[in-house]
Amino acid sequence: MSSTTLAAERTRWRIPQSYVPVLATLALLLVLYAIGASQYTAFSNIQVVLNVFIDNGFLLVVAVGMTFVILTGGIDLSVGSVVAMTAMVCASLLRADLPAPLVLFIALAIGPTLGFGMGCIIHFFEIQPFIVTLAGMFFARGMCTFISGSSIPITDRFWTRLAQDRIGDPRGNFVSISVLIAFAVVAIAAYVLAYTRLGRNVYAIGGNSQSALLMGLPVGRTRIAVYTISGLCSAIGGILLSFYTLSGAPLIAIGMELDVIAAVVIGGTVLTGGSGYVFGTVLGVLVLGTIQTLITFDGRLSSWWTKIVIGGLLFAFILLQRLIGIRKK
Amino acid sequence: MSTTWRGRWAVATAHPLFWPVIALIAMLVANTIYRPSFLSIEMRNGHLYGSLIDIVRLSAPLMIVALGMTLVIATGGIDLSVGSVCAIGGAIACLYISKQPDQNSVVGVLTALTLAFGLALVLGAWNGVLVAVIGIQPIIATLILMVAGRGLAQLITEGQIITINSSPYRMIGAGQLLTLPFAIFIAVAVALVIAAATRRTALGMIIESVGGNAEASRLSGIRSSRIIFLVYVVSAACAVVAGFMMTANVSSADGNNAGLWVELDAILAVVIGGTSLAGGRFSLAGTVLGALIIQTLTTSVYAMNITPQTSLLFKAVVVIAVCLIQAPAFRAKFGLLRRRRRPGPPPAAVAADPRKEEVPAT
Repeated sequence: MSSTTLAAERTRWRIPQSYVPVLATLALLLVLYAIGASQYTAFSNIQVVLNVFIDNGFLLVVAVGMTFVILTGGIDLSVGSVVAMTAMVCASLLRADLPAPLVLFIALAIGPTLGFGMGCIIHFFEIQPFIVTLAGMFFARGMCTFISGSSIPITDRFWTRLAQDRIGDPRGNFVSISVLIAFAVVAIAAYVLAYTRLGRNVYAIGGNSQSALLMGLPVGRTRIAVYTISGLCSAIGGILLSFYTLSGAPLIAIGMELDVIAAVVIGGTVLTGGSGYVFGTVLGVLVLGTIQTLITFDGRLSSWWTKIVIGGLLFAFILLQRLIGIRKK
Repeated sequence: MSTTWRGRWAVATAHPLFWPVIALIAMLVANTIYRPSFLSIEMRNGHLYGSLIDIVRLSAPLMIVALGMTLVIATGGIDLSVGSVCAIGGAIACLYISKQPDQNSVVGVLTALTLAFGLALVLGAWNGVLVAVIGIQPIIATLILMVAGRGLAQLITEGQIITINSSPYRMIGAGQLLTLPFAIFIAVAVALVIAAATRRTALGMIIESVGGNAEASRLSGIRSSRIIFLVYVVSAACAVVAGFMMTANVSSADGNNAGLWVELDAILAVVIGGTSLAGGRFSLAGTVLGALIIQTLTTSVYAMNITPQTSLLFKAVVVIAVCLIQAPAFRAKFGLLRRRRRPGPPPAAVAADPRKEEVPAT
């Protein structure tokens, strides 16, 4: 009981400072939106905002999983490949005429299994997460091409219905089902991190894993759990991506892990772990999506400006985190 | 007699380069069984040809990048931006050469190389400042340049693939010297320069000490942050040389794909070579071996008619296997290579042991 009160006190003491990056991201998002709205009249259309969610639903889900991992001070490079592998598995199994629910179940099982395996290697053999998940990335990407060298279209009725159903108001604004799934994942993740024992353990390990161990927290179990969660989120992201593209392609989502890490960092999660919020990650994904939309709206800027701007933002936010860290000392 | 054999075996397997060498030999043997002509080298038009030569030539860029990476990792850092630096360097050099009236002029090519090299030093210095002065985590500090650098490279090439027709530039990647590919000489030269600078002077020891404990090193009179700054500059310099090679090999600069994923391969090469990602020790010979292993793996997979992407599966298996074998925790758990049974050795103590032995050995 004393440990829970301690943890509660610590969070209360932390709140003001750990909110700063999230608030900065929120301000940035509003500024970006204001710029867009002032430059382009169509930008203030509510559907533009909804489209950002539709286009980045899978990214959001994967970024939520990554938030768990980064909160413990780890990193998961395998997410992009696992997303692609899940989409490939869905497409190939559906082509083999397996029933859709079974395919969903198998697809949802693969990601967590791989994540669990990586978590076990990281924990039991004390190998750096960077290298283990790098191997996981190679493995999953290799599996993609092993399944098929070319992309497989999905024609299954269940899949096409989920992909094309529009949920919206009578004025014609709509979101896809994927967006609702993404929101559900975000809500569950936020609840788990804030109100469950697992969530508190994640923060504690990220803060200082040695202290967490001495406090008697299940460090190993939690560490394995976060990689499993990240695998599960990647699997869900992969399924959402297969809804979005209605196909499985072996080379899709290459480099996605960088976008995801960037979104998490821009969302204010500290990379050494221990501080950050799922809500910040949502904002981070929205910032990336809005930049993309702005560049599309502009039309004159080429796609590579996205990368340069994201790099610049990463720099600004890491510097901000660093400044806050110095002030804390 | 059996005990001496066992003793020698134990000594051999305990050597940090034992398992990488075994892996390389195993792959070469497998290749030779699959394709008996694998080992043959023949002379044609005054040039040596053969799979082995190809493997060494193709591994040259990776080897150079990995050597720079070794120093960064030895300080406990990591440099993810090398791929982007390769692309930027190649793009600048090719852009400058393509603007020359005479693309074959040696002066023009040298100017292009100097320009690109200078820019790479600036990029390396940027990384160095972020890590050593501002104190950002290396993996993140270099992630910035990794993401933005790709964009910069595409900005330089304006999203196009710049093709050039310059024989001096082509020489870097595909030229021949003394019957051997010129790239091999560059790689050997870089390896020798780095080896001489680190192992013939105190620099290597200083880098290892900074990697072991930067604060303790600073207190004992080493300018830790200056050393950390230096290794990132060296890493970028190595990357740009590799970038020249990659672009010269195909006589064109592609901002999007030049040096793509080379950072991951380089980190793998370093780790396979026995350099610990935690920093504090490094093995240049191991890194060279690691680069050769990765290239041999790629070549074998091509030779066996497996699609290049599927080779990633094999890479994953090799990485995990090598890492597990080298991991102190794994050795301790399975009693591998350790005859003496200690009741529950703390992993940190086990990790410290080979470090002590290795410093004078390498």
